[in-house]
This record gives sequence, structure tokens and C-alpha cells, in this order.
Amino acid sequence: MLRFILTRVSLIIPTFLGITLLAFFLIRLVPGDPIETLAGERGIDPARHEQLRKEYGFDKPILVQYGIYLARVLQGDLGKSMITQEPVLSEFSALFPATIELATCAILFALLLGLPAGIIAAIRRNSIFDHGVMGISLAGYSMPIFWWGLILILLFSVQFDLTPVSGRIDVLYYIEPITGFLLVDTLLSDEPEAFWSAVRHLILPTIVLGTVPLAVIARMTRSAMLEVLGEDYIRTAKAKGLSRFRVVALHALRNALIPVVTVIGLQIGVLFTGAILTETIFSWPGVGKWLIDAIFRRDYPVLQGGALLLGVVVMSVNLLVDLAYGLINPRIRHTR
Amino acid sequence: MTTETMEAPAVAAPTATPPHPLREFWGYFSANHGAVAGLVVIVAVVLIALLADVIAPHSPYLTDTSIALKPPFWQEGGTLAYPLGTDPIGRDILSRLIHGARLSLLIGIFVVAISIAVGTVLGLVAGFFRGMTEIFIMRLMDIILTLPSLLLAIVIVAVLGPGLMNAMLAVALVILPHYVRLARAAVITETSKDYVTAARVSGAGTTRLMFREVLPNCTAPLIVQASLGISTAILDAAALGFLGLGAQPPSPEWGTMLADAREFVLRAWWVVTFPGLAILVTVLAFNLLGDGLRDALDPKLKR
Repeated sequence: MLRFILTRVSLIIPTFLGITLLAFFLIRLVPGDPIETLAGERGIDPARHEQLRKEYGFDKPILVQYGIYLARVLQGDLGKSMITQEPVLSEFSALFPATIELATCAILFALLLGLPAGIIAAIRRNSIFDHGVMGISLAGYSMPIFWWGLILILLFSVQFDLTPVSGRIDVLYYIEPITGFLLVDTLLSDEPEAFWSAVRHLILPTIVLGTVPLAVIARMTRSAMLEVLGEDYIRTAKAKGLSRFRVVALHALRNALIPVVTVIGLQIGVLFTGAILTETIFSWPGVGKWLIDAIFRRDYPVLQGGALLLGVVVMSVNLLVDLAYGLINPRIRHTR
Repeated sequence: MTTETMEAPAVAAPTATPPHPLREFWGYFSANHGAVAGLVVIVAVVLIALLADVIAPHSPYLTDTSIALKPPFWQEGGTLAYPLGTDPIGRDILSRLIHGARLSLLIGIFVVAISIAVGTVLGLVAGFFRGMTEIFIMRLMDIILTLPSLLLAIVIVAVLGPGLMNAMLAVALVILPHYVRLARAAVITETSKDYVTAARVSGAGTTRLMFREVLPNCTAPLIVQASLGISTAILDAAALGFLGLGAQPPSPEWGTMLADAREFVLRAWWVVTFPGLAILVTVLAFNLLGDGLRDALDPKLKR
């Protein structure tokens, strides 16, 4: 087991180096002089230009420059935003909880609907319910979520006036950030109304972001269950006279969950991508919207640092999923 | 969006008098109603794209503010002259959708063609030469796969500059690893087979082995992945267009149309509904086709 963990952990080193290389070279692909790019459109006087050139090490060979960049990244120095002059890392950590809150709600939504739907579809194979679930999930899988968000706004916010159109909470409330998660912070505050406001703001973004994972989880659960239900030990369990519930919930589901866990893990990377679109539609103040805003402001340090941080987050999640997978499935850790 | 990557299929067991491969393929394929429906929609979209100049009632670029934001014909104030209504600057939505079909198909085909061409060569090279070359190529692909696809595409486009060409290149790079992995896996299973050894013994060079002997035998998974890849390409390119990073206005690309119309969502439902519906239907059709192709081409699933 230790060997498995060590092998898997050591594999992230080349991936991490690759991500930093990508972030490092991407900024150099921007046409023009990198200092002027970093300084923005107002320009820069020649003396300061020379000073910055030395400071950033642009007068050194490219490999040395990469070494300097890597050393700074490892110390948590990702540069400063050109617009706000704030360190990229602190801007990221201030906005990241909003994205996590949204992503967590989305994956919970997907799991709570997707798992039961997949299980029932598998048990009642070829029923109307099964065909319905598969049809809907195929549509969800093909959904352009940026459009889906607009349609939901059209229906729920405009037509029925049930949910707010954008933001995280009503402007009426000021909530002191304690954890950064508004659902928790509003409960800790002395305004119970604020909590419901936060919940109502969360509903549509959660549905939009959860749609694709929901479709994938339902499909995967169904096919994993179908495979397991055909196994000999299920027949044995049924022959022993166990109740239908016991057979499905204890014997089949446990084994069917193994591939489903991997798929859920893989969906987390997809969630962060989806968050970029979802946050843009709903003006959700998270890291996705921050990145898109940075692109249009030509704030290259934010773009470089933000992409690097998101890449590292996804990489770490994938690592954790792989380790968890090894834990629940002995076949994996012994074959490596 | 993730696409499912297929493993290289094992070779089907030969029967006494095998039916013609195409006939056998059609037998399996047509049994899948969803796949046939997908194919029909795709043929329709292709026809619409080819005949765009003939069937579009108006020019997709002609603006006329006197008819701005006309609703579809079945609503009050709508006319049959503009069946799906007009956008905020008075362009006919139906005509723009029809011309958009052309763009979306071109995007899908172009992106997948680049990815397949580059990916197959990289995969063949990795599978044939093994060693450091393989490690380098496959590690690079792993890194690309680790990053969320749209994030990577967004960063690339942000650096290269917004535009349809750059968006297509970015999406092509993002879906590249699937083809590299497929081609490499297929090569590794195929090279140990007798026919490859026979070809090698009779003096075939590496290039010939790669392209004339092995490649034709791993086309099935590549075809399936290509169909699924087109749907990813259309979806991601539309997402980039929606974010303002893909095709630029006044181009009638569907994602760009949505971005143009976004602020009018509260006043005119039709300007946002139809372009998204077009994306959904087209992407769905390619996904159905891909699923059907997989079932028909993958011998492991054959009944």
C-alpha cells in the first residue's frame, strides 16, 4: 500500500513541472515585450523598464528564468495583479471559497439525483423510467451549460420571479466573511433572513453547474449496476432468499460504486471548467469569473497565476481520488 | 467536457462466410434507433449548411433597426417573413442560424481533423519507438488531460488573442490526448500480432509498418472518437464564442450569437433560445452517432 501511495504521489512531480512550464511559456507567447505586457497599456519609463528586466531576470538565459520563476512559485509568490496591485495568491484565496461552495452544492445535487436515478434505471431495465433517465442524461451530457443558465433565468427569474438573476446574496445584507462560505457565514450571523437569501441565490447556479455531472453520474451508475447485477454472487444472494433491498443496497451497490467514485473524481475537473461559464452567467464572485475578467483587462499575472493555481487544485483532487480508489479497491493497489 | 475513451478492440473471431463488413456494420448500427436519429439530424444539418445561401430567407449580416427584436411568427407582432424573429439590430435569426450551421460543422470537422492527424502520428510514434520518446509524449498528454479542457482552451486563446482560428487551434490541442492514447494503445496491441511480424520479416520499413499495416487496423476506435470529438469541439468552440473569445461578431456562430443576445434575455426570449437549441440538437446528434458507432464497431460488445 505504501508503495502504491509513493508511486502515485511521485507521479505528480512531472505533472506539476509541466503545469508551471506551461504557465511560464504561455506568458512569453503574448506578442510583444514581456515587461510592457506586464506593465499594461500605459507604458513604462526606460529606467524602470531596465530595473524590472533585472528584477524578473529577463536578461538571463531562458532556463535560468524558468528556474527563478519556479523558485518564486514554490515560495507562493505568483506576482501581483496589474489592476489592483494585490498579490495573485491572496486574490485567489479570497475568491476561491465562493467557487468551492458552488461546486460542492453542484456535485451534491448531481449525486443526490444521479445515484438513485441510475440505480432505479438499472433495476427496471428497459422500462419507461430507464429510457427516460437515459434520454434526459444524454441531453444533459450534450448541454451547452451557458445556454442552459440563460434558459433557467428566463423561466424561473423572469417568468415566475422565483429566484434572483445574479450574485451570491441580496445587497441588503452585509455578512462578515468568517469561513468565506456564505451558507455557513450567514448562519453564524445574527440575520436568519440572509441565509435564505444566500440559498435562493445558489439554486440556479447549482442546477446549471450540476447538470453535466448529473448526466454522467446517472449513466455511469446505471451501467455499473447492470454489470454487477449480472454477477454470480448476486444470483447467490437472491437464491439465499435475501430481500430485494438487501441484494441491491448491500451486495450490488457497494461493488457498483467503485467505478462511480472514479467518475465523480474526474467530474471535479470538469466542474471547475463549468464554474468559469456558470460564474460568468450569474455574476458569481468566484475564481472563474475572476479569470475571465482578467482576460478582458489583459491582467496577465492574474491569468498566469490563476490558471496555475486551478491546475494545481485539479491535479491535487485527481491525486486524492486515485488514492481513495486504491483504498476501496484492493485490485488496484496490488497490480502496481 | 469529457469524452469516453475507448480501448483498442480485440480482433473479431472469423466466421465461416463473413458478411460484407459494411453490411454487417449497418446491421448493428441500424438496430440502434438513437444512432439512426442522430445520423438523420446530422445529414439534415449538413444539407442546411451546404445549401445555406439558397435556403436562408435573408442575409445573415443585413441589419435593419426598424424591425429590431421582432418576435417569432406565432407570437403577436411576428411575421412569417422573419419566422424565428429578429435580433436586437434587426437581423433575421433563422438566416443566422442557417449560416451558423455551416460554421459549427466546419469548426467540428477542422478541429477533429487536426487532432486526428497530429494525434495519430504522435500515438504511432510513441507506440513504435517506446523508450524516452514514448514517455515524453505520453507525459505531455497526461498534463494536457489533467487541466480542465475549457480552462486550457481559454488560457491559450487569451494569450494568442480572441478569434475563431485561435479558438479552433486551442480546442484541437485540448482534445488531442484522446487520439494519441487511442493510437498508441492500438499500436501496442497490433504490433505483437503475426501479420506485423510477417510484414517486418519481409522487409517493410518502419514508416510502411506504421501507416500501411498497423494504422488501417486501428481506425475503428478513431472513428468513434472522432464523432464524439466533433460534439466536444462544437460545444467548446461555442463556449469560447459565448465568452467572447471565439468567433467575433458579426459572425453568425451560435455561441457568439448567444453572447450578443445575452443582455436581451429579459426582453426577448427568442434571441437566446434558438441558437442554444441549435447547439444542443447538433451536439446531441453527434453524441448519439458516436454511441451507435461504438456499439456497431466494437466487437467486444457484439452479440
